[in-house]
Amino acid sequence: MSGEPILRFAEVSKIYPLPAGDVVALDRVTLTVDPGEFIAVMGPSGSGKSTLLNLMGCLDVPTSGEIYLSGQEISQMSDDDLTRLRRDRIGFVFQQFNLIPLLSAVENVEFPLVLTAGREESRLRAIEVMRAVHLNDALFTHRPAELSGGEQQRVAIARALVNDPDLLLCDEPTGNLDSKTGSAIMEILAAENREGKTVVMVTHDPGVAAYARRTIRIVDGRVA
Amino acid sequence: MFFSFATRNLRRHWIRSALSIIGIVIGVVAIASLGVMGNSINLLAANIITDVGDTVVVTPHTAIGGTFAGDPRTTVDAAIPAREVEEIRRAANPHRTIPVLQGADEVEFGRGESGYARIIGLEPGDIPVLLDIADGQHLRQNQAGALVGIHLAREYGISPGSRIAIGGEDVRVAGVLAERGMGFDINPDYAIVVSDGWYESHFGAKASYPMVIVRVGDPDAIDAVKDAIESRINRREDLVDVSDSREMLGQYEEIYDQITLFLLGIGGIALVVAAVNILNVMYISVTERIREIGVMRSIGALRREILRMFLYEAVILGVIGSVVGGLLSTAFGYLISVAAIEVATAGTTFGENFTVFDQSAVGFIVFGMAFGIGTSIVAGFYPAWRASHLAPVDAMRQK
Repeated sequence: MSGEPILRFAEVSKIYPLPAGDVVALDRVTLTVDPGEFIAVMGPSGSGKSTLLNLMGCLDVPTSGEIYLSGQEISQMSDDDLTRLRRDRIGFVFQQFNLIPLLSAVENVEFPLVLTAGREESRLRAIEVMRAVHLNDALFTHRPAELSGGEQQRVAIARALVNDPDLLLCDEPTGNLDSKTGSAIMEILAAENREGKTVVMVTHDPGVAAYARRTIRIVDGRVA
Repeated sequence: MFFSFATRNLRRHWIRSALSIIGIVIGVVAIASLGVMGNSINLLAANIITDVGDTVVVTPHTAIGGTFAGDPRTTVDAAIPAREVEEIRRAANPHRTIPVLQGADEVEFGRGESGYARIIGLEPGDIPVLLDIADGQHLRQNQAGALVGIHLAREYGISPGSRIAIGGEDVRVAGVLAERGMGFDINPDYAIVVSDGWYESHFGAKASYPMVIVRVGDPDAIDAVKDAIESRINRREDLVDVSDSREMLGQYEEIYDQITLFLLGIGGIALVVAAVNILNVMYISVTERIREIGVMRSIGALRREILRMFLYEAVILGVIGSVVGGLLSTAFGYLISVAAIEVATAGTTFGENFTVFDQSAVGFIVFGMAFGIGTSIVAGFYPAWRASHLAPVDAMRQK
C-alpha cells in the first residue's frame, strides 16, 4: 500500500484523572495503520485496548500526543468536525451491538445515511448493505429486540458500512456470540477487508485474532 | 427523522407522556380560565357600575381617607352638618347640591313579610335629578310616600299603591324606581327612598348628612367644583373628603386588576408545577437513554441533532397539553364565569345579554397556551442540552 497511513499515533497518552490518583490508560503509544490492513488489538483487561480504539474512532481525544487520521490531526478539531469524521469515515461495531431499540433493523442501518443525506436514497442503500451481510429481507422491519444476537450484529455491521467508511473499528465483535455465529461475523469482516476496508478489531480471543493479518499487543498502556 | 424519534419515544412511554400532558393541561387551564374569570368579573363590574361621570361626592373626612368607596374602615359615625352643606352649596353654585340622608329600619312589606332595608332621605325636588321611575310617580312636596328600589319591589311584590310600614309607620308606595346598578353615590336598587321631611320626622330631626352629592353638568367643570369645595370647607382643617366618580372608577378598576393578577398568579403556580413535571419527565427520558444517545453520537449524530430530538419531545408535549388546555379553559372559563355572574347578579337584570368572551378573554386563553408551550420548551431545554453534551464514550459506558 502506498501513500500516507490511514491512522498515525505519535506519542499518544491518555490519562484519566481520578480522586484516588491519575490512571494512565495509554502511555506514549506510537503506531501506524496503513490502508487495507486487518489488525487485531489484544491485551489483558484494563490494558488500554478499548481506550486505544476510542481514540482511533475519534470518540475521545488524547491527553497528550497527536493522532492523524489520513494525515489530519484530530486533537484540535471541534466536536462537530469529529462527529462528521465518525459519521463519514469510520464505522463502529460494538460488543453489545448497540442498536437503537426504537428503530427497526432497516431504520438502524439507514440512520447514519439519513444523518448525512436525506431519506430518499437511504432506504435502497440500507437494503443493499443488509443483503451484503446476508440478512434475510423478512427481518428488515423487525425491532432489534426481536432479532437474535448474530442478526443484531449483522445489522450493526451493515450500519457501520452504510456510509462506505475507510476504517471499520470493532470492539469485541464476537464477544456476545456463540462460536459458530462468531465465525460467520468474522467471515463478513474478513470479506470487507478483502474489499479494501481497513479493519481494526479489539479482541482477547486468539481464534478471532487469527483472522487479522497483524496483531498489536497492549500491556499496561504500552505497545508490547 | 428526529421528529419521528420524538413521537415514537413519547408513545413508548405513553403513560408518562400522558401524565405530563395532563400537568400542562392543568397549568394552562388554571392560568387561562382564571384569567377569563377575572376578566369577566371586570366586565361585569363595568356593566353593573352606573357611570355617573358627572358627579362629585362629598363625605365627612375620616382619618383613613383616600382608600376606596365602601372601605369598612371609613364607616364611622360621621356626618356633614347642615351649615357645611350650605357652604358646599355656595361653593358648588351653579351646580346642584343634593344632601343625602341614609339609615336603615325594619320594614313590613305586607303579607307578613318584613326585614331591614336601607332608607334614603332626599329632598323631593332632588329625586328626579338622581333617580328614574320605572312605575308610578315621583314623590310630591309635603306628601308622605315612598319610592321602592326595583329589586326590593320585585322580591316582595310591591307596586305603586301598595302599603308598607317603615319602623311601624304606615307609608303608601308612590312609585318603583328604575334599576340603577352600583353607584358611587347612592345604591337605591335595594333601598326605599323617602322625602327628607318624612325621614327627619321619622328618625328624629337630625340636620346632618352622611353624604352630599353635587351634580355637575359639564365633566370639564368637575375639577373646578372640587377645588372650590375643598378650599371653602377644608380651609383650616380637613372636614370633608371630596371625590368624583372617575376617581372612584379608577380605584375599582385597580381592585379588579389586582383580583385578576391574583388569579393569574395562582394559574402561574399551577404552570410552574407543570413545568417541573415536564423537566422531570424529560430528565428521566434523557437519563434512561444515555447509552442510546452515546451510540447515536458515536455513529455520527451531531450535538444539535440530539438537542433537536429532545426538544421535539418537549414541544410535542407542550403543544398537545396547551391545545387541550386551551379548549378546556374556553369551556371551564365560560362555565365558571356564567356561574359567578349568576351568583353576583341574582335577582337583577345585569346578567342578561352579558358576554363572557371578549377580546381580552380570548387573549388570556392564547396567553395561557403560549405560556404552556413556552414553559415546556424551557423545561425541556436543560435535559436536552445535557443529553447533547454527554461525551459519547462516557454515555456508552452507562448501563
